[in-house]
Amino acid sequence: MSALPDVAPMLERMAADLTDYLAHREIENPAFVGIHTGGVWLAERLRDQCLPEAPLGTLDIAFYRDDFEQNGLPPRVRPSELPFSVDDRHLILVDDVLMTGRTIRAALNELFDYGRPASVTLVALIDIEARQLPIRADVLGTSLTLPAGQRVKLTGPQPLQLTLNPVAK
Amino acid sequence: MRLTIEGARVIDPASQFDQITDLHIDDGQIVATGTAPLGFQAQRSIDARGLIASPGLVDLNVSLREPGRTRKGTIDSETRAAAAGGVTSLCSLPDTRPVLDTPAVAELILERSERAGHARVFPFGALTHGLEGEQLSELVALRDVGCVAFTQGLAPMKSNRILRRALEYAAGFDVPVVFMPQDPEMAQGGSAHEGPTAARMGLVGIPETAETIALARDLLLVEQTGVQAHFSGLSSARAMDMLADAQARGLRVTADVAMYQLLLCDEDLDGFSSLLHVLPPLRSSADRRALRQAVQSGVVQAISSHHQPHEQEAKRVPFAASAPGISSIEVLLPLAMTLVADGLLELPALLARLTCGPAGALGLPAGTLAQGARADITLFDPVEASLIGHNWISKGANCPFIGQGVPCKVTHTICNGKLVYQA
Amino acid sequence: MTSIPRHLQLNHQGQLRHFLTIEGLSRELLTELLDTADSFLEVGERAVKKVPLLRGKTVCNVFFENSTRTRTTFELAAKRLSADVLNLNIQTSSTSKGETLYDTLRNLEAMAADMFVVRHGDSGAAHFIAQQVCPDVAIINAGDGNHSHPTQAMLDMLTIRRHRGGFENLSVAIVGDILHSRVARSNMQALHTLGCPDIRVIAPRTLLPAGIEQYGVRVFNDLRVGLRDVDVVIMLRLQKERMQSGLLPSEGEFYRLYGLTRETLALAKPDALVMHPGPINRGVEIESEVADGAQSVILNQVTYGIAVRMAVMSMAMAGQNAQRQHNQEAQHATDH
Repeated sequence: MSALPDVAPMLERMAADLTDYLAHREIENPAFVGIHTGGVWLAERLRDQCLPEAPLGTLDIAFYRDDFEQNGLPPRVRPSELPFSVDDRHLILVDDVLMTGRTIRAALNELFDYGRPASVTLVALIDIEARQLPIRADVLGTSLTLPAGQRVKLTGPQPLQLTLNPVAK
Repeated sequence: MRLTIEGARVIDPASQFDQITDLHIDDGQIVATGTAPLGFQAQRSIDARGLIASPGLVDLNVSLREPGRTRKGTIDSETRAAAAGGVTSLCSLPDTRPVLDTPAVAELILERSERAGHARVFPFGALTHGLEGEQLSELVALRDVGCVAFTQGLAPMKSNRILRRALEYAAGFDVPVVFMPQDPEMAQGGSAHEGPTAARMGLVGIPETAETIALARDLLLVEQTGVQAHFSGLSSARAMDMLADAQARGLRVTADVAMYQLLLCDEDLDGFSSLLHVLPPLRSSADRRALRQAVQSGVVQAISSHHQPHEQEAKRVPFAASAPGISSIEVLLPLAMTLVADGLLELPALLARLTCGPAGALGLPAGTLAQGARADITLFDPVEASLIGHNWISKGANCPFIGQGVPCKVTHTICNGKLVYQA
Repeated sequence: MTSIPRHLQLNHQGQLRHFLTIEGLSRELLTELLDTADSFLEVGERAVKKVPLLRGKTVCNVFFENSTRTRTTFELAAKRLSADVLNLNIQTSSTSKGETLYDTLRNLEAMAADMFVVRHGDSGAAHFIAQQVCPDVAIINAGDGNHSHPTQAMLDMLTIRRHRGGFENLSVAIVGDILHSRVARSNMQALHTLGCPDIRVIAPRTLLPAGIEQYGVRVFNDLRVGLRDVDVVIMLRLQKERMQSGLLPSEGEFYRLYGLTRETLALAKPDALVMHPGPINRGVEIESEVADGAQSVILNQVTYGIAVRMAVMSMAMAGQNAQRQHNQEAQHATDH
């Protein structure tokens, strides 16, 4: 299969796409929210490039996952941190890899427990088209098809790079 | 019935006899060792090759529970358990309901145990009425009906003065008194040995001095009154020293320790198991070592079961709330044999601690295989392992040894010439 | 040597499934608990202070000893995990002919309780329940006799970590009735496991248990010596009964010798933390001004208590779930 794309040029394009999108939707004064860990790295970069004044929050969706019964708590839980009020705020939610959509579902539930946002724009670096829920990125880096038994992972924070890993047994 | 036991290794510690030979029994008596008497025709014979034949075990501390506490045990069930453990003579404690402080209760127990026929019971009478520690029981009447000694058990006397008078009275009629020394106020509220284990487990401790203070008082009064004294269930190293001292000074004091105290210590209170809640408590490993040494040297001449069966509900509660006591008479001999396996005692000496030792302490007509003696005999296999808990007989399953293997198996128990137990 | 078998609190993968005592738990597990609690603290600062982790689960608070404070924090913790909560206050008296502990809990289990939070006057009660009564229900020990109060210890550890950063260079003093204190026992164990190098207990001899050295602590009978340069002071509550049983002559003497006042606190480091499991006896073990003063984190302890209990409950539930799945798979395998 073809080599994984470079992250840096993708991010340039995404920043441009995001700026267009926000202008088109007339979204003003948004806040960035990154999902640990890859989403946070990406959100930082995008924020710095597009809207350096915008605040940045981080989300650890551990307590909102739908697989607690089967898998328990993930090993390293970190506190979520949103240093701004969510009520009536436009949010830009950033994640690295969009797979089934369940992580985003959990993130949305968690965000709505903070308050009532005006809107949520979803930005993802990679969509591997394995959707199980009707969730789509508004701004996307690229779609990828993976060979069976493989996962893609964003490593970082410096440099940001995509790697392919076999699915853990 | 005429019975021959063939080819056993016959060990009679009382006469220092240890030989492979035959035993011949007729009409409840041992009539001959070795060659059968002239004209003796056995109706039944037991092939005892490879087995040990010992005098039936004599257990000086057993709670039969009946009359009155029959949820925990009955005379029938517990003497049957005794027979399975190779015990043919046992002394029952008077803390029944009603307390054994009148001849009628003694007669009831003797009559029922004889009817059950599994083991011979030598009851202890209560030293005081109702075991309340105040008014002396009718010791002579009780003796005449069959009580072999008197005790308060763990129940305290109302004062030293009353205790002294009771001992003097007993001494006057030459009846032995059995002591289980525990100062009630020092022991109050406690359920485990006062030490690092109890401290870590948050259990109120019973200090060693709860035993030694009462023991010191008892020994001084024994000396003053001249009563024949037996101490049952001492648990501390210090008590062993005090006992040895008293014996060295010529006092008439004997002692038995509980079998489980020779095997367990407070470090075993792993996980708060109420099966290990006993009074007096399991003490430190150093105390256990001293108890074992005292048994080895003979300062303690008897090992007893301190059999205390309980119904399940009494133990199925948190540790301190549970009723104290272990049910273990039916494994007395197998557990005792671990002392031989450990090299603490040779087999004849171990058997002495279980037969002529206890019998001699209280002058009981038991614990020997002499010609003309009552045919109370235990046959066991010293090699075949058995699993504790297999076919459990006692009404009380409160035994922490259940599930363990032991290096011996009681095969036959003969009481008064009748086979009362067979594996 | 521990008095609780390791396998009782942990499942086949070493995850928590009952929380009975600090004893036998590794430094890694205690640290994981603190980290998880940190995340739950953040939840308490949101508009919606709930997460759906225990949704659909039933948590029973079974309290045989009265304690409004502890029970309400457990209740709040369970509700913030979206669990359904049942509160049972059972007064035991020696003359009452109520149901046995065994039967009470078996009946609750039959009503599909997923977790019991138990406080009982007998040491070893929580262990008894986990081992003999309801091994398949997560048991959280809210205090058993004098033995253990592990959630209190963990909230005390969280307090220390949040206000002092870690345990490596710390000097901690525990003052008061150590003998009767399950909090003291659990705290000594937790501090020791988490690597605190200088743990001190300060008490008169009558209030110290036998073999206290086994906890790896330094013993002081003189407060003014023991408090020197400590970073953290944990005061224990003195109960009135102690005077009656000959352990102490009077409250006054205790306060004079062991009371934490402005004067005695000054012997510790200038920014030393003042902690107390509560409820405090003003003027008996601690001066009012100190309890309410700048160095006191007593109220913070209460907040941290909710987060710690949320962490304990989630971890224990996850451990029980995993155990159940493992048992089902093992059963499935033997059926084939």
